[in-house]
Amino acid sequence: MSVSSRGRLERAIEHLLFACASVSILVTIGILSVLVFETVQFFRTVSPIEFLFGTTWTPLFFDKQFGVLPLVAGTVLVSSVAMAVALPAGLLTAIYLSEYAPTSVRRVVKPVLEVLAGVPTVVYGYFALLFVTPLLQQLVPGLAGFNALSPGLVMGIMILPMVSSLSEDALHSVPSGLREAAYALGATRAQATVRVVVPAAFSGISAAAILAVSRAIGETMIVTIAAGQQPRLTGNPLVPIETMTAYIVQVSLGDTPAGTIEYQTIFAVGMLLFVSTFALNMVSQWLRERLREEYS
Amino acid sequence: MATLMTPPVVPSLSQIAARTADTDADSANRTTDSTPSKIDVQDLGFFYGETQALAEISLTIPSHRVTAFIGPSGCGKSTFLRTLNRMNDIIPGTRVQGRVVIDDQDIYADGTDVVELRRRVGMVFQKSNPFPKSIFENVAYGLRINGMASSRPELAGRVEESLRSAALWDEVKDRLDESALSLSGGQQQRLCIARALAIRPEILLMDEPASALDPIATQRIEELIYALKSEYTIVIVTHNMQQAARVSDSTAVFWLGRLVEYDRTDKIFTAPSERLTEDYVTGRFG
Amino acid sequence: MTLRRRFNQSVDWAFQALGLVVTVLGLVVLVTLLVDIARDGLSRVSWQFVTSFPSRRPEDAGVYAALVGSVFVIGLTALIAIPLGVGSAIYLEEYSRRSRWSRLIELNIANLAGVPSIIYGLLGLALFVRALGFGRSVLAGASTLALLVLPVVILSTREALRAVPPSLREGSYALGATRWQTIWYQVLPAALPGTVTGLILALSRAIGETAPLIAIGALTYVPFAPDGIWSPFTVLPIQIFNWVSRPQAEFLRNAAAGIIVLLGLLLAMNGAATFIRDRAQIKTDR
Repeated sequence: MSVSSRGRLERAIEHLLFACASVSILVTIGILSVLVFETVQFFRTVSPIEFLFGTTWTPLFFDKQFGVLPLVAGTVLVSSVAMAVALPAGLLTAIYLSEYAPTSVRRVVKPVLEVLAGVPTVVYGYFALLFVTPLLQQLVPGLAGFNALSPGLVMGIMILPMVSSLSEDALHSVPSGLREAAYALGATRAQATVRVVVPAAFSGISAAAILAVSRAIGETMIVTIAAGQQPRLTGNPLVPIETMTAYIVQVSLGDTPAGTIEYQTIFAVGMLLFVSTFALNMVSQWLRERLREEYS
Repeated sequence: MATLMTPPVVPSLSQIAARTADTDADSANRTTDSTPSKIDVQDLGFFYGETQALAEISLTIPSHRVTAFIGPSGCGKSTFLRTLNRMNDIIPGTRVQGRVVIDDQDIYADGTDVVELRRRVGMVFQKSNPFPKSIFENVAYGLRINGMASSRPELAGRVEESLRSAALWDEVKDRLDESALSLSGGQQQRLCIARALAIRPEILLMDEPASALDPIATQRIEELIYALKSEYTIVIVTHNMQQAARVSDSTAVFWLGRLVEYDRTDKIFTAPSERLTEDYVTGRFG
Repeated sequence: MTLRRRFNQSVDWAFQALGLVVTVLGLVVLVTLLVDIARDGLSRVSWQFVTSFPSRRPEDAGVYAALVGSVFVIGLTALIAIPLGVGSAIYLEEYSRRSRWSRLIELNIANLAGVPSIIYGLLGLALFVRALGFGRSVLAGASTLALLVLPVVILSTREALRAVPPSLREGSYALGATRWQTIWYQVLPAALPGTVTGLILALSRAIGETAPLIAIGALTYVPFAPDGIWSPFTVLPIQIFNWVSRPQAEFLRNAAAGIIVLLGLLLAMNGAATFIRDRAQIKTDR
C-alpha cells in the first residue's frame, strides 16, 4: 500500500473510532434534551412551585394535583431504610474482609457478594413481596401488604455488595504505614481500624455511601412490586407508598398518549430523578478524587 | 558449535586492537575508518516536553560495523538509539532538533515514511517481547504486515531463513507452532532478533539485548552479533563495558545527554582522549 | 494482663465476631432467597412451561414468548453495543489518552454509568419509539438496552486494553506496523479474553433489566414470539413482573418458575464468561 493511501486508511479508522466515542456524549445530550423538552412542556401547564412543593400527587385522577413531594417522600423513605441496612452492614463487611478475614472466608464471601449484586431486581421484588413482607407481618403488627419497610430491607441487601466493595477499596488505599504506627503504639486491631484506618479512608467511604444512595433512589422494580402505588407524604414505613421510579412504571404500563399532561409527568419526575442522582454522583466522584489525592 | 561447557570465546582487548589495525586505515575522530557511513547524525537535540534529554549530538555510524553506545544510567544512550528509528514518536510530547540522515535522507523531514523507516531500521529491546503467539507467527508478523511474502511456502521459507540467521532454527524447527512464551529468556531474545531480521533491515538497533540474560545466553547473543556484522549495520547500547569492548568496532561514550567521545573501540578502552571517558571506562564512576 | 488490656481484647473479639456475622448475613439472605424461590416454583418448571405462551389460565401459561424475546433482544443489543463500546474503548485507550476531549468523554461515561436505568427507558421512549419511529419493537428495546450497557462495555474493554503491556505495542511498531495494524493484530487479540468476559457480564445485566423496557412499551401480555426486529415483544423479567402482579396463587407460582428460568439463563452466561476467561488464561500462560 502506498504511503498516502495507507495514511488515508489510518485516518479514516481513527475518525470512525472517534465517532464511536462521541456517541456517549450524544447519549447524555439525548437524555438531557428529552427530559428538558417534556419538562418545559409540563411547566407550561403546572407551575414549578406547585410541582416541587405541593403535597398531593394525583395526576391520574379526575381532580389532578401535581405536588411531587409524596413521591419524593416515598423514595426517601425506602432509600433510608435501605441505607440503614446497607451502610453499617456494608462497612462492617468491608472492614472484616479487609482487616480480619482469613483467606478461606474471603474466598467464599466475595463471590457471594458478587452474586447478590447480580441478581435481577425483579427477583428481589418477588422476594420482598412474597417472603419478607409476610415474615415481617408476623413480627410487626399493622404492617400492610405493601409498605416501605420490606422493599427497603431487601434493597439494602442488594446495595450491600456495592458499599462493601467500594469501602474495601477505600480501606486498601490507606497506606499500611498508618496501621503499623497504630499497632506499634499498642492498639488492638479493632482500635487501629476504628480509630485510624476508617477515619483515614473517610472520603472514600463517604463516596461509597453517596453512590449507594444514588443507586437506591434510582431503583425501580423492587419498589414497584412491593411498595405500592399510593403516593403518600409520610414517614411511616409500614404503609403503602409510591416512589418516583414506581410512578414512572405505573404510567408506562398504561396507555398514555404522547403530548398529554400525564405523559409529561413521567418526564418531569424523571428529570427530578436524574438531577438528584447526577448531583449525588458528582459529589461521590469529587470525594473519590479527594481520597486519591490524599494518598498518592 | 559452542556447548555449555566451553568458556566464552571472546577476543581480548589486544586482539581487538590487532584486528582493527589489520582491516582499516587509521582515521580522524568522527568516523573510525573509510567504510561508507550509514547513519549521519547532525547536531541532534531531543526533548521530553520541556526537559532536554539529548544535546548537540553529531556522529556518523559506519555501515557493516558494530557501534556501541556506552555511558552511565540515564545518560541518554537508549533515548538516542530510539531516535534512529523514530520510536520516540509514540511517546507524546517529545520533540527532535537537528537531522538524522540515513542513505542521504533526513528521516525527520516532513513526508518521511516512518513505516518504511522502521522496516529498514530494526530494533531489539532490552527485555525480550515476543508476541503471545506461536514462534512461527512471531517471525511471520513483520512479513505479513509489510506485505513481503506472497505465498505460504515463501513465508515459511523466509521464517526459516530468519531463524537460521538468529541461530535459533535447530532449537525450534520441530515446534514452530508452540507459543513463543514457552521459550527460555535467551531463546526469546534470539526469536526477537529473528523477528527483526525477517523483514531484511539494513540497520539493526539493539538496546541492551543481553542485560536480562545469563552469561551463557549472553555469550550466544554476542556471537550472533559478530556473525551478523557482515550483512547488517549494528548499533548496540550496553551498560556492560566488557561487552562493548568484546563486540564493537567503534564506541561512543555518552554522559548527561551529550556525546563525550567517539572513536575506535580499542582506542576508547586503552587510550581515550577525554578525561571523562577514562574515568568511566576505568570504573571511577557510573 | 491489666483490666484495661483485657477489656480491649474482648472488644476486639466482639468486633471480629460481629464482622463475621454481618458478612455471613449476605450469604444467609442469598440462600434464603434461592430456597424460597425453589420451593415456590421448582415444581412448576417443566418442558411445557418453557414452551408455552402466556395464557389467562395460569396452568397453561408458559415463558416461551418471553424467553425468545429475551434472547432476541439481548442478541440485538450485543450487535449494537459491541462495535460502539469496543470502538469507543479503543479510541479512548489507544488514540487519545490525554486530550481534553477524551477527558470529557471519560467523565461523561462515568456519569452515564450512574444514571438510573428507567431514565434510559424514557430516552428510548422519546427517541427510538417516537422520534425515530421504531415503535414498540425489538429494535427499540435493543437500542435502549445497548445505550444502557454502553458505559459498562467501554469501561471493561478499557481495562482489558490497559492490561496489555506496552512492550507488545513497541515490538509491533518497531517492525513497521501502523497503529491500526498494531491494535488489530496484537493488542485486541491479547485483550480479547478480558473484553469478552466484560461483554458477557454487561449482557447478563441487560437480560435482567425490566424498567427501561417497560418504559419503551414492551408488552406484558404477548401470546406470540417476536418474528423480526420490528415486532412487539416481551422479555422474561417483564413476564415475571406481570405474573407477580396478579393475586392468584397459581400465577405467583408461575412467577417463581419464571425466575428459575431467568436465573438459569444468567448462570449459563456467567459460566460461559468464566470458561472463556480460564481458557484464555491457559493460552497466555503456556
